[in-house]
Amino acid sequence: MNFKKILPQLLTLVVVILVFGFFSYNAQVNMENRGITFGYGFLSQESSFDVQFSLIEYDGSHSYFRAYLVGLLNTILVSVIGIVFATIIGVVVGIARLSNNYLIERTAAIYVEFFRNIPLLLQIFFWYFAALRALPLPEKADPIFGVFFLTIKGFFVPAFVWNNLDIFIYSVIAAIISIVFVRLYAKKKQENQGIQTPVLSISIGLLIILPLLSFLLGGVNASVEIPVIEQLSQTSFTFKGGLKLPPELISLALALSLYTATFIAECVRAGVQGVSKGQKEAAASIGLTPNQVLKLVVMPQALRIIIPPTTNQYLNLTKNSSLAAAIAYPDLVLVFAGTALMQTGRAIEIVSITMLTYLTLSITISIFMNWYNKKIAIKEK
Amino acid sequence: MNKLNFLSPDKNNLYAYLYSGIGLFSLSILIVFLNSFFSLDLTSFLPGTISYFLPLIIGFMGLHLIRIEYSGIKFLDIINKNINTNKFNALLSLLIIFAVIKSLPPLLSWFIIDANFAGDSKDACSGSGACWAYIKTWFNRFMYGMYPNAEQWRINLSFIALAFLGGVGFFATEKFKKYLTLYYVIIYPIIAFLFIFFFISGGPIFFDFSYGIIAAVISIIIGFFIPSKFKMYYFLIIPIMIYILLKYVFFYEELIELGKIQAFEWVETGAWGGLSLTFIVSFFCLIFCFPIGLFLSLGRRSDLPIIKYISIGFIEFWRGVPLITVLFMSSVMFPMFLPEDMFIDKLVRVIIAISLFEAAYVAEVIRGGLQALPRGQYDAAKSLGMGYWKMHIFVILPQALKLVIPGIANTFLALVKDTPLIFVVGLLEIVGMLNLAKTNPEWLGFAMEGYVFASIVFFIICYAMSKYSYNLEQKYKTER
Repeated sequence: MNFKKILPQLLTLVVVILVFGFFSYNAQVNMENRGITFGYGFLSQESSFDVQFSLIEYDGSHSYFRAYLVGLLNTILVSVIGIVFATIIGVVVGIARLSNNYLIERTAAIYVEFFRNIPLLLQIFFWYFAALRALPLPEKADPIFGVFFLTIKGFFVPAFVWNNLDIFIYSVIAAIISIVFVRLYAKKKQENQGIQTPVLSISIGLLIILPLLSFLLGGVNASVEIPVIEQLSQTSFTFKGGLKLPPELISLALALSLYTATFIAECVRAGVQGVSKGQKEAAASIGLTPNQVLKLVVMPQALRIIIPPTTNQYLNLTKNSSLAAAIAYPDLVLVFAGTALMQTGRAIEIVSITMLTYLTLSITISIFMNWYNKKIAIKEK
Repeated sequence: MNKLNFLSPDKNNLYAYLYSGIGLFSLSILIVFLNSFFSLDLTSFLPGTISYFLPLIIGFMGLHLIRIEYSGIKFLDIINKNINTNKFNALLSLLIIFAVIKSLPPLLSWFIIDANFAGDSKDACSGSGACWAYIKTWFNRFMYGMYPNAEQWRINLSFIALAFLGGVGFFATEKFKKYLTLYYVIIYPIIAFLFIFFFISGGPIFFDFSYGIIAAVISIIIGFFIPSKFKMYYFLIIPIMIYILLKYVFFYEELIELGKIQAFEWVETGAWGGLSLTFIVSFFCLIFCFPIGLFLSLGRRSDLPIIKYISIGFIEFWRGVPLITVLFMSSVMFPMFLPEDMFIDKLVRVIIAISLFEAAYVAEVIRGGLQALPRGQYDAAKSLGMGYWKMHIFVILPQALKLVIPGIANTFLALVKDTPLIFVVGLLEIVGMLNLAKTNPEWLGFAMEGYVFASIVFFIICYAMSKYSYNLEQKYKTER
């Protein structure tokens, strides 16, 4: 270690410590002046504000921590919906961009160029304030297939009312576990004896038969509750029963998935294009069918290119879901960093918790994806 | 004459298949066209469902009949190859053609035919189409925010001047080419800042940093006469000393009075807005985030552990949180971290926050470029006796930055698209102004027009940027 190596490090360290020290000293002075003490004790206090849309039971008498959980769950909900739809749209559009049909390729390209060059916030506003506001009032809504109602007050869908839901869930879990075993067994059999087992049809069969058995034997039954229109007052109508998806959730999920899908589409396109032509030709020349070429040769290699950037897009989507605050969808930022902050005035604690939450979410996803990436990476000998 | 088999058309009766196929295909398009443009239903005599799907069926049959490989007719081959390779593709092509024909009339009527262009109040918009009069009335606000109307020439003039100064690079002769980097990285941002501070904001002529500018100019002039061996130490020490001398010794009392003179009316940043604010914020964030990101990426790849881990922590922190929480932090939490008498304007706070945020992304992009360079480049530079900085400035960075042009362009695009988020701190650029205009009681119900207008504006900006970056990429592409 020579002088030239230690000096810059020391200087950086001193600067960082000085900046942090300056900030924390000021924070201490400011808080003393305002008579606030630093601490996270307020989390257990009664929150006394309501949230419009919540997955868990919540009202004003619950604690701030519960409000935090409500916001977090809403963020996760919209992210998961967005990720699912963005993946579906993105994969379809990405493959469409590789199509040899000129019209399809152009349509997909126009979609991608258009939606990715417009700010996400603008798209959210567009769906929420312009597009969804053009929907009919509940009393004038035409049912879609007789049971779905798309109205200005939200999307009303039928809900399932379950008896013995837990048995049904157990049966699904049992089906999934047995599928894993079947796959392992099939793989072993192929390696040892070279006999292929129709894993896909067996899996689908298991997924249908086991839950069906739970209906027939386990005493599970589900009835569908269809939303019915109800008059609140002279001019105000709403739907009762069923499940209500608020317009904030719909427009947010719509904008997030349409926007992120364009990026995923580009990842998919790059991935499939990244597999060299020789690979496909070699696979075809050893007698694999086109389906097998896709499944055994192209996809495993393309996925290796597709997955890392796509994970990044999932992370971006999760972080972008915080734009919910702009249209009052009660996500983490709006409920916690908005309402709760206004009520308690504890800026440092609340903003730090919010940021830490997002940081944890991102780091967890990226650790998981790094692990997965390592698992599927080419193992060179 | 050969037998006609309509299930499998072949080359023998080419023209029979061709004419019947084209006839059916044109018929299907005609039906849809008449239906959507003139609401004429040619097939109304048929039962509902069949009438609905008839064009699709006819068109599908038509495309099937003309699907003849190697027909020898060039045009037919091109069509078959591009939109008609198999049944599935034919069906999708038909669906897309029909969708376009179906959606044209409502779009045209909304955008142009039924739209209202003239007028300056809500009453002018009586048609069922778009109300472009709304955009026309509010155009000024969408461009300049709440900036006083009489002063808007200041923004226009500054932007024109800055655009002109920015274009200097295109006209520079060979002799001045080598100073271009210096110009764009240091001098141009300073000029831009001065324009915005004195001209758009109308700041007092003699402000605190005016000493700094004078100090910088004096020290640069003297710097030409300093031998290059001492230049680094010189520029580390002398400007600060001149600054202190100027501020506390020479000018203090006399110029404090001069400092109160203002050439223009002061317009506080809260009143700025609209598209011009989008430009200002993106411009400064672009300028600041690039060097910060560059240093962070070098820091992350450094051998010195403390610098490396500080850089990693910094980058991962900013990349892990959403921009909106960063802006929240800059508006509600950051003032707590400053001394009570110290106040930083919210526009400045926002620019700092966005720059740091985007710098982390730029850093990761540049790191990708650095990692992509083969080790041999580093070894070769070292074997020539180059030090760390020389090696990076003359060998590594020029190659690495060339590689990451697309990535950096994407980050810059993301930055421009992120600027609307500054509504969090109460600054209203174009999207924020739209939301404000939307709630104006005299102009209720025109949200759609506003968002369409803003979408077009952003699309033009971002699309132009991405095309420009693509050109740059092609221009600097080198064979490796």
